[in-house]
Amino acid sequence: MTLVPQTESVVATARGSGRAVPGPREVALRVDVLSAYYGSTRAVADVSLAIEREAVTAIIGPSGCGKSTILRCLNRMHETTPGARVTGRVLLGDLDVYAPTADPVQVRSMVGMVFQKPNPFPMMSIYENVIAGPRLRGWRLSRIEQDDLVERNLRRAALWDEVKDKLRRSGAALSGGQQQRLCIARALATDPAVLLMDEPCSALDPIATYKIEELIRELSHDVTIIIVTHNMQQASRVSTKTAFMLAGDDGTGRLVEFGDTERLFTLPTDPRTEAYITGRFG
Amino acid sequence: MSAAVTGAVPSPFAAARHRVSARRRAVERIVTTLLLVATVLSVALLVTILGYVIQRGLPALDLDFFTQRPKPFGEAGGGVGPALVGTLLLAAVSGAIAIPVGIAAAIFVVEYHSGRFAATVRFAAELIAGLPSIVVGVFVWAFLVRSVIGHYAGLAGAIALAIIMVPIVARTVEEVLRLVPHSLREAALALGAPRWRVVLRVVLPTARAGVVTAAVLALARSAGETAPLLLTTLGNQFFSTDLLQPMAALPLQIYQYAVAPYDDWHTKAWGTSLVLVIVIGLVALALRLAMRDRVR
Repeated sequence: MTLVPQTESVVATARGSGRAVPGPREVALRVDVLSAYYGSTRAVADVSLAIEREAVTAIIGPSGCGKSTILRCLNRMHETTPGARVTGRVLLGDLDVYAPTADPVQVRSMVGMVFQKPNPFPMMSIYENVIAGPRLRGWRLSRIEQDDLVERNLRRAALWDEVKDKLRRSGAALSGGQQQRLCIARALATDPAVLLMDEPCSALDPIATYKIEELIRELSHDVTIIIVTHNMQQASRVSTKTAFMLAGDDGTGRLVEFGDTERLFTLPTDPRTEAYITGRFG
Repeated sequence: MSAAVTGAVPSPFAAARHRVSARRRAVERIVTTLLLVATVLSVALLVTILGYVIQRGLPALDLDFFTQRPKPFGEAGGGVGPALVGTLLLAAVSGAIAIPVGIAAAIFVVEYHSGRFAATVRFAAELIAGLPSIVVGVFVWAFLVRSVIGHYAGLAGAIALAIIMVPIVARTVEEVLRLVPHSLREAALALGAPRWRVVLRVVLPTARAGVVTAAVLALARSAGETAPLLLTTLGNQFFSTDLLQPMAALPLQIYQYAVAPYDDWHTKAWGTSLVLVIVIGLVALALRLAMRDRVR
């Protein structure tokens, strides 16, 4: 039980079907036999996942197992690497993300992303960083709408009280943890249905990490969150579902096990999962 | 020192280690000294040139020197007004052509690197950068002065200068665009920005200081070009802002004053040189102030 502390808020979001009584929940994102390539190298093979709506799904695994690659396939960021390509399907609601008619720009507007290293735009103020998404998409917003958007999303990212008096200052002047929360506010400002987080705490100290984890639980009330982490404690603390990935001898990452976090960490069905979570490798 | 660290028992390696660190310190000192000498030399060179130009040119400077047109030899006074206007106009026109083209070429090469074609563009920029400016002048003379326009004209000079500036801008901007962290492009793309907006709203603003440097470098270099202007704008003793007529320019004025056999004109040549240095300095300063970061 100590593996899964502070699950109250997560259970509360499960629409009456808490962990004790696992029931079918709406699927926000469906991944169907997805494979990702860098040139002729297959980085990830045949991953299928059903991501629950308004819950936190963690993807864990040792370095090089393709967990970040999978994440980048979900908002079509994978293909921004030269030579990278994807086979298989990703369904976001009824939008086929890899359909020939799908626009990557539209996909990315529905699926936000937070990166490993905080990356606020250094030449923009805190305020401008938050509205960067709408501005970069060419939305026309009135002054009042902009102010409102900035305050609302800084509050959602639990950063408002710390920065409300210095909105015109550079985002680069904030601490690492604050910068990461600014990046979360920036990703939320376009109102994505899904938020992808690629090891969002790996560059942060424990207190900043704690704040981000609190925030993830808080946000999962209205956003579907997929978090990649190499920190198993973090996965067990914040997620309701966990996917464990592992690279085979051929260097290609595959999904080993996917299920309820509590079950996966206490009663793994695959011996490789057990070996990993008990610290025998990785 | 190392004996104190390792304790009472002297390590058999302590002596050797001590020798190595003494050697390392000596090398360190020599390298530092060499770097210092090089720095002092380059700064001294700049100060000497500037100081000499100021010393020789200052006596020629007064208000009239900036506002009057050149007088024939023998008449007192006269200035470089037309040349000042001409140089500023040529810089504005050539900059307006070359800076956007150079930036666009750099963006293409860095952001839309589509393999072979981008490499070709870079190679072409390198070749143009290597062209002697007089060759550019001859080329523009043959095509514009001799045929299209039909006579010497400021516009021909501006185009010659633009041809010289484009590769300077392109190469410098290319370097600074490559310095923009990839993570910022990713962040912007992940926010759902189309690629062109990523470049215009994120990459270029982040690289702004470097882009301004590129523009200043190119303007400074072209403002001092003489050879291509001799073949294109020719020079003019009168005030003219008509780009389709011969136009005065500071380097041409320096040349004209310098080759004359009169002491008074030699002083004026130094004065004109000083004016050119001041103009370049002021343009650089103005660009920097206008484009400095708003957010701090």
